[in-house]
Amino acid sequence: MDLLILILQGVIVAATPLVFAAIGELVVEKSGVLNLGVEGMMILGAIAGFSVTLETGSYVVGIAAAAVAGAMAACLFGILTQMLLSNQVATGLALTIFGLGLAALWGQGYSGESIGSLAKIHIFVLSDIPLIGPLLFAHDPLVYLSVILVAAVSWFLAKTRPGLILRSVGENHDAAHAIGYSVVGVRMAALAFGGACAGLGGAYLSMVQTPLWVEGMSAGRGWIALAIVVFAAWRPGRALVGAYLFGGVTVIQLHVQGLGVDIDAQYLSMLPYLVTILVLVVISRDKTRANLNAPACLGKPFFASS
Amino acid sequence: MTDTPLLQLSGITKRFPGVIANDDVGFAIMPGEVHALLGENGAGKSTLVKMIYGVQRPDEGVMHFDGAPYAPGKPSEARAQGVGMVFQHFSLFDALTVADNVALGMNKEAVGNDLDKQIVEVSDAYGLTLDPTRYIGSLSVGERQRVEIVRCLLQKPRLLIMDEPTSVLTPQEVDVLFLTLKKLSSEGCSILYISHKLEEIRELCEAATVLRGGKVVATCDPREETAKSLAEMMIGTSLTFAERQEPDLGEERLVVTNLTAVSHDPFGVDIRDVSFSVRAGEILGIGGVAGNGQVELMEALIGEYVTAPESVRIDNEPVGALGPTERRQRGMCSVPEERLGHGAVPDMSLWENTILSARTRKGMENNGFLDLGIAQAFADEVVAKFNVKTAGIEHAANSLSGGNLQKFIVGREILQAPTVLVILQPTWGVDAAAAADIHRALQEMARGGAAILVISQDLDELMAISTNFSVIAEGRLSDPKPTGSQSIEQIGLLMGGVHNSAGREAST
Amino acid sequence: MIRLEPRKEISQHLLYLTPVMAVALTIALGMVMFVVLGKNPFAAIFIIFVEPMTDLFTISEMIVKATPLILIAIGLSFGFRAGVWNIGAEGQFTIGALAGGAIPALWPVEGFWVLPVMCLAGVAGGMAWAAIPAFLRTRFNANEILVTLMLTYVAVLLLSVLVHGPLKDPEGLNFPESRLFNESATMPILIEETRAHVGFLVALLAVVVAWVLLARHVIGYQIKVMGQSPKAASFGGFVESRVVWMCLMMSGGLAGLAGTFEAAGPVGQLVPALPVGYGFTAIIVAFLGRLTPVGILLAGFVMALTYIGGESAQIKMNLPSAVTGVFQGMFLFSLLGIDVLARFRIRLARRAPVAAGE
Repeated sequence: MDLLILILQGVIVAATPLVFAAIGELVVEKSGVLNLGVEGMMILGAIAGFSVTLETGSYVVGIAAAAVAGAMAACLFGILTQMLLSNQVATGLALTIFGLGLAALWGQGYSGESIGSLAKIHIFVLSDIPLIGPLLFAHDPLVYLSVILVAAVSWFLAKTRPGLILRSVGENHDAAHAIGYSVVGVRMAALAFGGACAGLGGAYLSMVQTPLWVEGMSAGRGWIALAIVVFAAWRPGRALVGAYLFGGVTVIQLHVQGLGVDIDAQYLSMLPYLVTILVLVVISRDKTRANLNAPACLGKPFFASS
Repeated sequence: MTDTPLLQLSGITKRFPGVIANDDVGFAIMPGEVHALLGENGAGKSTLVKMIYGVQRPDEGVMHFDGAPYAPGKPSEARAQGVGMVFQHFSLFDALTVADNVALGMNKEAVGNDLDKQIVEVSDAYGLTLDPTRYIGSLSVGERQRVEIVRCLLQKPRLLIMDEPTSVLTPQEVDVLFLTLKKLSSEGCSILYISHKLEEIRELCEAATVLRGGKVVATCDPREETAKSLAEMMIGTSLTFAERQEPDLGEERLVVTNLTAVSHDPFGVDIRDVSFSVRAGEILGIGGVAGNGQVELMEALIGEYVTAPESVRIDNEPVGALGPTERRQRGMCSVPEERLGHGAVPDMSLWENTILSARTRKGMENNGFLDLGIAQAFADEVVAKFNVKTAGIEHAANSLSGGNLQKFIVGREILQAPTVLVILQPTWGVDAAAAADIHRALQEMARGGAAILVISQDLDELMAISTNFSVIAEGRLSDPKPTGSQSIEQIGLLMGGVHNSAGREAST
Repeated sequence: MIRLEPRKEISQHLLYLTPVMAVALTIALGMVMFVVLGKNPFAAIFIIFVEPMTDLFTISEMIVKATPLILIAIGLSFGFRAGVWNIGAEGQFTIGALAGGAIPALWPVEGFWVLPVMCLAGVAGGMAWAAIPAFLRTRFNANEILVTLMLTYVAVLLLSVLVHGPLKDPEGLNFPESRLFNESATMPILIEETRAHVGFLVALLAVVVAWVLLARHVIGYQIKVMGQSPKAASFGGFVESRVVWMCLMMSGGLAGLAGTFEAAGPVGQLVPALPVGYGFTAIIVAFLGRLTPVGILLAGFVMALTYIGGESAQIKMNLPSAVTGVFQGMFLFSLLGIDVLARFRIRLARRAPVAAGE
């Protein structure tokens, strides 16, 4: 039983960075922009959070730095794609390549250093309930933040006027512009949010999951976050589910060997990536359903013709 | 009626690189007046109203609203002053509801808590019934226009601008719209009505300003003018319409039997059981309101959609399962509706664009290798024979004006000497002179024995050049009849089909 | 206020000028970066960009690096033109190396036919790996960006598993590496006393063939139209699924070939660290070369320069190895940003004098 709790806790820890990255990218894509640079933003968040925490001794400042780093990277992407109208796919890739390189450069002095893992919170009484307590009520604050964020985004998109405007920009940017909304302004704001979230996701990796810095430690999670957004059909609640699903797969592969199954660990390491492909195929098959949920202007460059 | 005009423009000028869109334009609209803004494509009407609505700002000149200076910096400011606008191309969002769409088009302050109730009230009051919970994607074109209008009405406009509203409506829907507009006008709301449809303007409007080449060339009362005099003010010269001939019809060249195709577009219209034939020398005109399957029909005919082999036959050979290239080999050429992006690649040169459709019939391809010399020579030929104004065949397709590009594309197809030509919206957005050229070229082709299918929203055009006429509605085709044997009333009913809210059935 | 106006036609000479400007901008930004790192910017730039071109050996090393970059980028450029985004060239490279290298790793036979067979196996391997995203996209509409990327991770893990297992050198010391390839399975050297091999000639051939295809063949025409106007491509009778397969097969095959060349050439065996990121850098090469064959040839050498120069700077100036990656990312950013000049005209618009009651 203890093992089960351990595994489930592991799932939550594995899923949280994905939740952050996915919910951020979901908002960005809802506004009509495809930002493939999530991996780059995550790794920048990871090194920013780690190094600033190490230097200042404050976790809060470190986390803030991670969010800022991600947001700045996203704004660079935004300037290039929204104002200078560069190709979104190429620019996103550039962001990832550059982000990985810059993070490696920045992290040069920090290999092998470690910070203490972010402290877990203790909620009066709730954390002490046997079984459920440690499972649900004794995590670090970022886990709870991630869930709250998903709820907030869901409410924002469905029930508020700014959320409606954001959706309209992603649905038909020419019409939104004709009515008088600032397409570029909305998208830049969405990108900044998405970048901050990716940064937070990266910070979780380097500050909680494995509180060290290792070059390339994002290991493709940014790409998995992109798949989660498609899997979720751009609905926040389902993004949460998707993140936990993938988190689960990542953790299971670690424990399968311990459970006596005799498969080479490296084959198991392939599991998250193969599952991503499978999910993608299943989701994309139904063309009409995919079309109806996808923001119609996703990835299309917007040029104000008037 | 007071003496102060509701809206007064003087000296309005707007320049774009290479063209003066509006040149010293001035006119006035009185409260409660229905005022027409008349002019051809490219005369400057759209630019002018964009400035009135705050989407753009004039380079020179002043505007006054109700006697006070008026210079909206953005649409929300125009809306706050009481100016509403229904664009020709709707600003609607398919995946959002009617209520959401209305809310987006209104200023934040104007949106109340009971928006759904307000929508139902207002839409019923003006005869434009709407259900606030439906998704825009599921509405017909006429219903979508209602959303646009109700969106304006909820903000209690004092001036309502309508840009070419009837180009997408059936005759019955036009009647409903006119009733709505007249009601508004009687309540003191002014209407600025942009159109090039002369009979409508004569029926609806009390005053008209005529634009030509960006300048005001006339102001008049349309009720005292004839359609011909208005047309001449618009165009400036006397028109020579293409004359319809009584042709000698030969063999059936294009035979379509029970053609059925499912649209690729989730909001598109499926083609159902369409059957007709076109003979040598015949021009078959298919009319209908946009969005009734015209695009799907064309794409199924030319091979972009593949269907049952026997459903389309060219010169008795079944081609339904073949693609466009194979159909071109067998004599069928086509001109799609969209010039840039479908009929031609915008950033490619004119001669490269000939390779797109003419490589088979003009021998440009040999084992996959392209003979660029033949392509360039052919492009030169098209430009010369069809009077295409261009700086050179190496220039990109999007450097041509709309009319010239259309002439190039039509010329490219005609000069391939096809036996069957399918053409969708041949003269949309094209100036009158180029349109006449295209009509003449089509008729000459027909005289030479080709079978031509013209699908168009422009009834005048179809009445002028087609031998036989049919209507497409909801993906079905009415029986083709000789042109002129049906009344406008009958045609209108056929076009309305099931869309007609009064539930009148199409009579064949 | 700065406004962008689309040019009626893409300015041709700016199209050729922008990569040069991008290189200049990157060098400028790089100098700033060196100052921040506390190093002499001029010395650093000299070591990275100028010095390698002065010595025959370093030039040959540039050829070694440029060969796979050019091969892969040529393949990628077709797909990118058509809107087929193969981001997994690294994975196809790896599988190609695996397929080609498995032969000498398992059966160290001699014979002139060994190397050609290896090359064919490499091409086949790369194509097979690229067939997966091609199939998934055409049949299930699955986005190839994510599929190719996921498969890259899988490919690298597969290489590692196999080299730890069945392909391990039986006479070795249990290190995770295959046996060294023998003479028959090694790429013939082009320039004596260097590592530059005949793979470079194949890369040059690829450049020529690509040029012919793009300029004079209907395959190239299809790809260009499909990328610019998918509806016009349909009108022209071009079938999207065929173009997708063509592009992925071409890029997969070339990437696989590059992988075999790398294994049979500079590396000489199969090791888990074989994939060093050429598949990703080739993406930058493709864009920097404006997706044209000649451009890619030049851009390949520019990138190779950053590799060799970067290594040199690492040793001579104690700069971290990540500097190379940063430069490469900056190249792409600069190009994408400067590209706007080719497509748009920049106008300084004066605020329109709206007369509001005078």
